[in-house]
Amino acid sequence: MAKSLHLLIGTKKGAFILDGDPARESWSLRGPFCEAWPINHLIADPASGAIYGAGGNEWFGPAVWKSEDLGATWSHSSEGLAYAEGETPIKAAWSLAPDRDGLYAGVEPAGLFRSEDAGRSWRQVAGLRAHPSRPEWQPGGGGLILHHVLPHPEDPRQIWVAISTGGVFHSADGGETWEPRNKGTRNDFSPEDQRYPEYGQCVHSLVMAPGRAPGRTERLYQQNHCGMYRSDDGGRSWDSIEAGLPSTFGFPAVAHPRDPETLYLVPLNGDAQGRFMPEGRTAVWRSRDGGASWQDLRAGLPQENAFLGVLRQALATDPLEPAGIYFGTTSGALFASADEGETWTCIAQHLPAISSVETLLVEG
Amino acid sequence: MTNQASAATAPTVTVVLPAALRALFPGAPSRLELAAASVADLLDALDARWPGMRDRLRDSTPAVRRHVNVFVDGRRAKLETPLEPGTEVFILTAMSGG
Repeated sequence: MAKSLHLLIGTKKGAFILDGDPARESWSLRGPFCEAWPINHLIADPASGAIYGAGGNEWFGPAVWKSEDLGATWSHSSEGLAYAEGETPIKAAWSLAPDRDGLYAGVEPAGLFRSEDAGRSWRQVAGLRAHPSRPEWQPGGGGLILHHVLPHPEDPRQIWVAISTGGVFHSADGGETWEPRNKGTRNDFSPEDQRYPEYGQCVHSLVMAPGRAPGRTERLYQQNHCGMYRSDDGGRSWDSIEAGLPSTFGFPAVAHPRDPETLYLVPLNGDAQGRFMPEGRTAVWRSRDGGASWQDLRAGLPQENAFLGVLRQALATDPLEPAGIYFGTTSGALFASADEGETWTCIAQHLPAISSVETLLVEG
Repeated sequence: MTNQASAATAPTVTVVLPAALRALFPGAPSRLELAAASVADLLDALDARWPGMRDRLRDSTPAVRRHVNVFVDGRRAKLETPLEPGTEVFILTAMSGG
């Protein structure tokens, strides 16, 4: 069966799509789309094939863009994507996640919205901002953003979200009520006796491992401003898995599409030294054992004078075998591996600063 | 007074739309006439013709978006600014947002 693979790229100046073949050898670029608005997250709903872009324009405010023809034509809507009168207005949409019956959008300032009509209109999942911790959420370097939404793969009542800086929150009742799930994650920028608070951590990325065994709770990974963590109980408790990494700081994390023990990261050189990859040498780091040990993957990546940064949504996998791994840089380059990270090729450069990378496989 | 009633008695004004806005609403002209008694009414009338246009121009405060300028008789206007018959309303993208 013929297939086509598409890399969905959100940038500071529009959305782009890289069209590839299943061999992942040739790529062609289309874009910019979405009127060159900043697009923070460009995703596909695998069920419908529709592409959605979460963005915000300095003149015209937030919107979610949509294409039902692989990017040929686009529409946009922000109907209902608003807080009540008097609250700080929404500046931008930041993250998107489809589930069986709808689509979630995380926004800035941090809040969660849901559409059940394929992005035409939105309603706030108001329980999250009703959480008593909300007045204490503080903006991180990228703003006060809700940047990851993880709907449970089977139970539509369960949702995890990640807020910078508020931490990880979980709802078991479809978003009516929420509880912080940050136990064991560290706040290095708090006084020494307050480094493990109930909430307020600066989570940078939150991902779920695939292939949950029946009866077992969910495995999550998170890259935090202060460390790398794994949870084997749906985020109720977290264990550090940063030993062996060159840094406790980075933005993205992505789980292998089939192996729950395999995880990819891009550690940076800390939060105060430019947020580059260490020593100007480009590397993706991989664990094959749930974070117990790590190896750096560098073959084909620039190894000198490469002061690259990768943002929290700009690392992705594809569903092919072996898995493809992709990352986009703030300097507008996109690197791809068709062999689970063993070897890499630069497949695009000179793009605007890349905010997000996702993949869409279309069965022909 | 309902919107319909106010539209029936509202003055006719001319509004000029910026190119970056028109790009988001294919078919929207650069200049058109509408009946509106205030800037807020005017945005409602635009939204009735091009659903979603109001959200692009005002936020939920509610206020004209920070980086959008609405000029009425040469002066920067707010949502509540009244409109007189024959007024030219210029909607402009602000330099600060670009």
